[in-house]
Amino acid sequence: MLPSATEAMRKLAEPAGDRMIINMGPSHPAMHGTVKMVLTLDGETVEDVDIHVGYLHRGFEKMSEQGTWQQVLPYTDRLNYVSPLINNVGYVGAIEALWGVEITPRCKYVRMIASELSRLTDHLTSIAAGALELGGFTPFLFGLEAREVLYTLVEELSGARLTTSYTRIGGLAADLPPDYEAHLRAALVKVDTLMVKVDKLLTKNRIFYDRMIATGVLSPEDAISSGCTGIMLRSAGVDWDLRKHEPYLAYDEVDFDVIVGATGDNYDRYLCRMEEIHQSVRIIDQCFKQMPDGPVNVADWRVSMPPKDKVYNSIEGMIAHFKLVTDGHQVPAGEAYYAVEGGNGELGFYILSAGVGRPWKVHVRAPCFYAMGILKKLICGHMLADIVPTFDTLNMIGGEVDR
Amino acid sequence: MTETATPDPGPGARLLALLRQAFPHAIAGAAEPIAGQAAAVVRREDLVAVMTWLRDDPRTMMAMLVDVTASDFAEFPPERRAAVTPLDVDNPAGWTHATLPRFEVVYHLLSLQWRHRLRVKVPLATDDLHVPTLCGLWIAANWGEREAWDMYGVVFDGHPELRRILLYDEFEGHPLRKDYPLRGYQPLVPMPELAHYTDHETWR
Repeated sequence: MLPSATEAMRKLAEPAGDRMIINMGPSHPAMHGTVKMVLTLDGETVEDVDIHVGYLHRGFEKMSEQGTWQQVLPYTDRLNYVSPLINNVGYVGAIEALWGVEITPRCKYVRMIASELSRLTDHLTSIAAGALELGGFTPFLFGLEAREVLYTLVEELSGARLTTSYTRIGGLAADLPPDYEAHLRAALVKVDTLMVKVDKLLTKNRIFYDRMIATGVLSPEDAISSGCTGIMLRSAGVDWDLRKHEPYLAYDEVDFDVIVGATGDNYDRYLCRMEEIHQSVRIIDQCFKQMPDGPVNVADWRVSMPPKDKVYNSIEGMIAHFKLVTDGHQVPAGEAYYAVEGGNGELGFYILSAGVGRPWKVHVRAPCFYAMGILKKLICGHMLADIVPTFDTLNMIGGEVDR
Repeated sequence: MTETATPDPGPGARLLALLRQAFPHAIAGAAEPIAGQAAAVVRREDLVAVMTWLRDDPRTMMAMLVDVTASDFAEFPPERRAAVTPLDVDNPAGWTHATLPRFEVVYHLLSLQWRHRLRVKVPLATDDLHVPTLCGLWIAANWGEREAWDMYGVVFDGHPELRRILLYDEFEGHPLRKDYPLRGYQPLVPMPELAHYTDHETWR
């Protein structure tokens, strides 16, 4: 039957012989997120671990059922808070898939630029914070400086560094600001300069290499069976990237490589992230070259908000705006699952609509959640110190695991 | 693959045809792919057999369990249930859209080889929220099922460690059920000292 809290406590209180039981986390300088691990140690070897997630649980899915479809969007910023734009794209993509809305070509490209920008910040954070937790303070500062350069661009795009809420059902909050291409290209040059420095400091660094290589090894069978996606899956040697193999938006119109690892250890995951940064820059470059002109919102005012001058100056625009804000989008009854390639893997939204203007259910399939499920297997039987790099490269993000 | 002259119905429809062929009496309903994804409704008794076949058959090869969740249909408009839960007219469980049970457990499957996806749904009644675990088939089922237990109170029989995952052990109730109140108190959470909430009992 179900083990109760008291049973779990009794198990913890049992004499462990020469084993030592320690708590790692929930807030620990070497932990990559707010999570508690109850470790049973034999000397320095981890014998057993109980992973407690949920410290950032705030009831995202329950909150989503209370407001209109559009009102859920700001909550999605807080899922993976280092790549909020991808969450925005995924959420509205699910609604558009259920509704059968075809967004405009320009909107697809702007959403791709936004997604890749977020992927860059996500990978930079992972690499920089990982280096910090292994004692490398300088690469951390370089990495975060690069991320800060990109956050400025995210701010220019959406008005906020983290709480972007940039997409809208059927389009975007706004088109790209003026001269955005020039600003972004200049920023990417800066990022590249900083990444060269990080690369020189880390990739052939003896200490970094020794701690990363052959630790946290994930086999392809385990990766698939445990639902690992993204970097975790690709580093294990499985060629799978939603952008390539189930292309959404206009990813089938740009050219990029899927980066696949060989051994599935921490060092592989680090290298995959470094290389995916270059691929994202490639995609952004092609997006600007191929992006068509035209509107970013669909013309149907039942789907996207009417432009402000129509709202204030025409009766039709005012009515459409009023109905969308008060009644919500009339998404037909039904269900849809829509997945995008997030910073850590397959970010899926499973939505259920009763056709009443607000969601019946919004479920997030968080990539880190399932990756955390295999973490126990990656750290048991290995040294205590190996937990830190393994947990780093898994890149657990509390916001989306705990929801 | 055997049909040659007819146009390709798409991976989702092809998958459903295979599934119906392999389990003529187990599928209670199936929907043509919406947004590229097919859905099938199965009875609890057939779940493990269907899932094992979906994972192992060379024509399906659904090696990845992408997600496990549940949904609560309390007070869902019954005339719209057909858009969510497809049912055959003479299905083996004898369900109609008016008599469908309140809960559903939802599994999302993915095949990396064939690049197709399938959603499998198992309707469950409130007084009998039991479903066999899939921990023996996929590692991912462990955490996914723990979350569905935590949020909806679905019991996965045979699960090795079915306990709460996002909430704490002393938490009362299952918050994603539609009848879970939006306001109230939980154990271990300090009571707010707010002057205008004087009657704490009515607040619960």
